[in-house]
Order: sequence, then structure tokens, then C-alpha cells
Amino acid sequence: MSKIIGNPEDQFFNKLKRWVNGDLDPFEGKLESKHLREEEVKGRDMLDPDLLDKEQVEEVLDHVEKNLLLRSYNFMYKLGAVALCLLLISLLLLTVSYLPKFGSADNPTENEVVQRYIEDGTDEVGSVNLVSNMILGYRGFDTFGETCVLFIAATCVLVLLKRSEKEIEEEKETDWQYEPKPDMILQMVTRILVPCIFLFGIYIILNGHLSPGGGFSGGSVIGAGLILYVTTFGFHKTQKFFNEKTYEVAKVGALCLYSITMSYYFYTGANMLKNIIPLGTPGNLLSSGMILPINIFVGVEVACTMYAFFAMFRRGGM
Amino acid sequence: MSFVHNFPGFSIVLCMAAGIISTPMKGKHARRVTMAVVTLVFLASLASLSYVLKNGEPFIYTMGKFPAPWGNEIRAGVLETLLAAFFSLIMLLSLAGGMDHVFQDVKEEKINLYFILIDLLLSSLLAIIYTNDLFTGYVFVEINTIAACGLIMIRERGRSLIAAIRYMIMSSIGSGLLLLGLAMLYGFTGHLLMQPAHEAIVAVEQANGGALTVPILITISVITVGLAIKSGLYPFHSWMPDAYGYSTISSSSILSSLVSKSYIVFLIKFFYRVVGIDGIRDSGILNILFVLGLTGMILGSVGAIRANDIYRMIAYSSIAQIGYVYMGIGLGTALGMTAAVFHILTHASTKSLLFLSTKGLTDVSRNQRRFHYLQGAAFRDSFSGVAFLIGSLSMVGVPMLAGFISKILFASASLDAGAARTLSTLIVLAISTILNAVYFLHTVIRIYTPVQIPEEVKDKKSRTGLAAKAALLVLILINFGLGLFSQPVTDLIQMGLGMFS
Repeated sequence: MSKIIGNPEDQFFNKLKRWVNGDLDPFEGKLESKHLREEEVKGRDMLDPDLLDKEQVEEVLDHVEKNLLLRSYNFMYKLGAVALCLLLISLLLLTVSYLPKFGSADNPTENEVVQRYIEDGTDEVGSVNLVSNMILGYRGFDTFGETCVLFIAATCVLVLLKRSEKEIEEEKETDWQYEPKPDMILQMVTRILVPCIFLFGIYIILNGHLSPGGGFSGGSVIGAGLILYVTTFGFHKTQKFFNEKTYEVAKVGALCLYSITMSYYFYTGANMLKNIIPLGTPGNLLSSGMILPINIFVGVEVACTMYAFFAMFRRGGM
Repeated sequence: MSFVHNFPGFSIVLCMAAGIISTPMKGKHARRVTMAVVTLVFLASLASLSYVLKNGEPFIYTMGKFPAPWGNEIRAGVLETLLAAFFSLIMLLSLAGGMDHVFQDVKEEKINLYFILIDLLLSSLLAIIYTNDLFTGYVFVEINTIAACGLIMIRERGRSLIAAIRYMIMSSIGSGLLLLGLAMLYGFTGHLLMQPAHEAIVAVEQANGGALTVPILITISVITVGLAIKSGLYPFHSWMPDAYGYSTISSSSILSSLVSKSYIVFLIKFFYRVVGIDGIRDSGILNILFVLGLTGMILGSVGAIRANDIYRMIAYSSIAQIGYVYMGIGLGTALGMTAAVFHILTHASTKSLLFLSTKGLTDVSRNQRRFHYLQGAAFRDSFSGVAFLIGSLSMVGVPMLAGFISKILFASASLDAGAARTLSTLIVLAISTILNAVYFLHTVIRIYTPVQIPEEVKDKKSRTGLAAKAALLVLILINFGLGLFSQPVTDLIQMGLGMFS
């Protein structure tokens, strides 16, 4: 019997529980991983066992384990949570059963709104890519807000992780440990790949009004390229062409131009004034009025934000 | 088209632009930009308010050249402009009152980030108030959430990080439900703008014999629950005490008086402009909000009595006040809704007064928050003491102050809302008032009890600066103003609610 059940420690749910509690690292000893530095190991056992009164600790733990009220509360809490989730799931499934059939012609969503987006979009806004028309033309205010969500998310990451120049300077001596080691294969591949990635990202941004793509997707491709470069060559080399100053100029410049463009669009649109940005011939690279510049601004902002996330988590500065 | 029409839309864009250009600035310059922008927004909202009052009808501003239902648009009526003006004024006063502490609590290299967060928070508040488009509302709810989270955690001391994580988790659940609900609503109606969505819902309602269908009912409840979580209605309040109690004082004041209220405003707009207030009244959703509001009124006050820390006490009191607002909405009558909106104004002005004056009191009590240390604090900082006294009296509901008018409005609104509602409202209102008196007057007596402090631990003189004193003074005046001249304000609110439908 015991053979079938095996060691209770190895059972799936026990493992899962220990992993959730943080006691078990499934990759320990199986994956090559960096060893913790000595100070960090010491930090983990900061509670010096000699200082704690063992009996007192035992007493508290005993109390927690045997407290019937606490245990029944915990049990009821879990039970309540599961019941609530089940209720919510069944309610939402019930709603799904009422949803109109996907793609059928008499859906409420197949109305005059979508009709105009599809039929007149290219003439009115100027881009062949209907999605671009929708998000940057018809509903441009929402997308401006969405870009600000990204901007404020980056600001919040800065709030959490930004370190003063003094702190970065102090850590300079130990910082090299985190820098990538010169790996010839990786560097060679990166040298070949990164220009292609950048080019592809620029292509996606510039073709945002002609084919699927646009600022958000192209910007994240460029950001990924920047991150690949910095993980291969380290910050020292990256800073030669992309440092905090370039970051700020690029980001603030792009966002400022974006808000000026949008303000102009709102002002002329709402006051029925003539918009002087030419629409051009749909299908050409230089066409579609303000969609091309906005795609570029959004792309720059997204690329900067992606890279800033990485740099902040890595060392708290650019 | 008059030039004033541009004001609401451009206030939103101006706030966003101010946040953007503050990125490379030093803290002091960012502060100047922010204060200037908040003042400008206040003036612009006042101008729009007087314009709307003069014309007697709301105006719609298309954001871009495409009208509804194709493009985004915002709408400015009496209630929207009034709330925008009031919110920006309270934000200005909260910032002025807590500015010294912002510069103390926030690290030097992050001060400009604080003002970026404030700018974007104001833009989102304005957009949520003005929007005539459900999805725009969602986008700015998201900005609001992230900015509020940053405002909580920027202090980086004590429990503020835990508080921010709790806030983030609860708020994300709320946003998730809101998004889910809006997506389902789009599936059933095919519109995201409020007016066309309302027409589609009315059509569905009529086809169903005058009642809302089950899926639309579920959709509305999902959205309501999402917004209730974000505004901290009773069973979803667990994030509030930490979030309000451990952030820097301007943040606490802004979060409790403005951020949680903006979601309630969005909910009211959703009820009136999208579902239609009659449909909501028949659906029974208001009954649930009513019961939860009543529970929150009692349990929030009980929590405040049990708290042994003055900031947590005020935070728990906010839970009770949110309960009042939802109780007013739950009454389901026009008078109840008016009382709820008036209480939003009352609570915003009183709670920021309480938070700011409490900071003055703890400053002269060795920065301790426990009641024990606060004994006699009003003698050490007499101005903050008086401000706290007036705020407390207003919350308890003493005549001549704003809180009294709120309670009178709630009580009189309950009279024609059915016997069960009248009885429960009046009883709970009475109990809640007594509980309010217990914890607020207990604190007032504590701070006015003289105490001998040994010479060596005595603090420096009061650190409340001139700007902070001015802010407290204006807040006191607003409280008296709402209490003494409530009739014009309630008239404005009623007119605004009338313009909604």
C-alpha cells in the first residue's frame, strides 16, 4: 500500500502547497542557477536562533495550530471563497449562454457604427488599415488615454525602483557581477539579430496605416531589441547610444508631440474647422494624415517604456 | 459654438500634458506646473459651470471630428461642471495643505514623479466626470487606479507598500469586473457611447415587456460590483484603512475625498445615462446597495471606535461615509440621489479638513499616531486643533455645518421612499450619528485635555505653515458655506441630475 501512495512529501498537492507557501523550489538542483552571495544567505537567516526564546515560539505555534476558532475560521474562509467563485462562474456562464452567436448578421454589434468604420473609414480617416482608423481616428481620445496608461505605469515603476545617482554610484563596484559575461556566440548572434529586429520594428510602425501593426506592436518589437542588446553587451556599451538623457528626450518629445497633435485634432474636429494635415492617397506610405506621425510617437513611447521597465528592474537606473 | 465649449476637453488634455512635461523637471518646478494647472482647471470648470447655467442646457463636445456614435465625446452639464470645479478645488487645497510633508516624505529624486501622478490623477478624475462614452470611462478608471496606487506607495515607509499592494489587488478585481461588464454590454447593445447604449437597452426592455432581461441585469450587476469594490463599499472595504492611514497626507486626503468618489459619480452616470433610472429602480439592484450602505454605516463606525490610531480611525470613518452615499443611492428617489451627491461634496470637504488637521496634530506629538500621545495636542497647535474640532462636529452633524445638511437631506429623502426604507434609514442614521459622536468627540476631548510634557521631549513649535493654514481655513469656510447656504447647491445638484436623463 505504502508503495502505491509513496512518500507523502512527493504527492502533487503537497508539492503544490509547499511551492505556494514558498518552502519548495522545484528547480533547485535541477537547473543551473547562480549561487547566492554570502551576504544574501546570511540575510535569509537573520532571525538568530539564539536570540529567540524557543519555548515561547513553540507556545505561539502551538496556540495557532490548536486554536479551534482560528482553524474553523480559516476553513470557512476557504469554503466561502470557493462558493463565491463558483457562484460568479455560474453567473457569467449563464450570461455567455445569452450572448449573441458570434459572426451572425443580426447581432446588435453589426450596426451603423461598424458599417461606417468599414465603408467610409479609408475615405474619412485615410488609412487602409481599418483598425488604425478606428483606434487613432474615430476613437483617438481613448488611445491617447491608453498611451497615458502606459506612461503612468512606467512612472509607477520609477516610483518603486528608481535609485538616486548616489546609490548607483555606490553600487558601481559590485554592479559588474550582474553584467553579462562576454559570450562570443551570443554577441555574434546579437550583432546580426538586433539590426534586423530594429528594422522590423520600424517597418511595423511605418506600415501601421497600410498593414496590420502600428505604434504599440512595433514599439514593443524595438523595445525587445534594446533589451536583447543590453543583456548581451551590458549597460556600459548600451549607454553609448541610449542613456537616461536620450530616454527622456525621446519619451517626452514623443508624448508632447502626440498631445499637441491630438489637441489640434480635437480642436479642429469639435469646432468644425478645417484640418490642414493632408490625407494623401490611401495606400501610399506618406498618407493617412495624422495616423503615421501618431504611430511613430506611440512607437517611440512604447519602446522607451519597455526598455525602462527592464533597466529599472535590473539596476534602478538607465 | 462658443469658446467655452473647449474648456472641459482641454482641461483633460492640459492635465495630461502637464504630467508629460514634468518628467524631466526638478521637483520644485513640477510643483509649480501642477499647482498652476490645478488652478487653471478650477477656473475653467467654473467658467463652464456659469456657461451651462446661463444656457440652461448641457453641451456635448466631440473629441475629434466624428460625432456619436462613431467617435468619442464628452458632455458637460451642471452636475459635471460643478463636480469638476469642486474636485479641482479640493485637490488644490489638499496639495497646499500637505505640500511640506510631500517634500519630507518623498525622496528628493522622486518628487517630480509625485506631481506627474497628481496631474494624471486629475485628468482621469475630470475624464470620468465628463465622459459620455463608457469605454473612455474605463480607460481613465485605469489611469486613476494606477496613479492612486503610486500615490500610496511613494512614501516607501511603514506599511505603505503593503497598503499599495492591497489596493492594487482589490482595485484590479474591480477594474476587471468593470471591463467584463462593459464588454458584455457592448455585446448586447452594440454601442459604447452612453446615449445610443441607453436607447438599445430601452429597446430590449420594451421587447421584454418593460423589464430588464436576465443577461443585461447580470451585466449591470457586474459593473455595479466592480465600481463598488473600487469605491470601497462595505464588504469590499478591507484596503481602505491601510491605504488612507499610511500614505503621505496629501495623498490620503485626495484618495479619500476624491478618488473613491469619482467611481460613485461614474456609477451614478451609468445608472442615469445608460440604464435609465426607472429601469434600475425596478431591477432590485438598488435594494442591495441600500442594505450594504446601511451595514457599512454601522460597521465602519464600529471599526473607527475600535481603532487605536487616529489615521486609521479617520479611514474607518470614510467607510461609514461611503455607506451613507450608497444608502442615498439605494433609496431610489430623486431626493435620495440629491442627498447622495450632496454628501459626496460634504465628505470631500470634511475628510480633507480632518486629514490635514490631524497631520498638524501629530506633528506636535512626536509624530506618534496613537491617541495616548495626542493628549493636549490642540494646545500645542491651536489652529489644527480648531480645524479638527470643526471637521469632527461636521461629521457628527452639528447644525450650521455641512454634515448636518447631509443628514437632514438623507432623513427627509427617506420619508417618501416606502415604509421599510424610511424606518431602517432613520434608525440606522440615528445609531450612526451616535457612533460618530462617540469616536470623534472622544478624540476631540483627548486633544483638548491639558497634559504636562517633560521639558526634554517637548517638540518644537507648530510646523503648520502659512499655506497649510490658508488651506485649512478655506476648507473650514467651505464646510460652513455648505452648511449655511445649502439650498443653492442642492438646487444645482437637482438641476444637474435632471439634465442627466
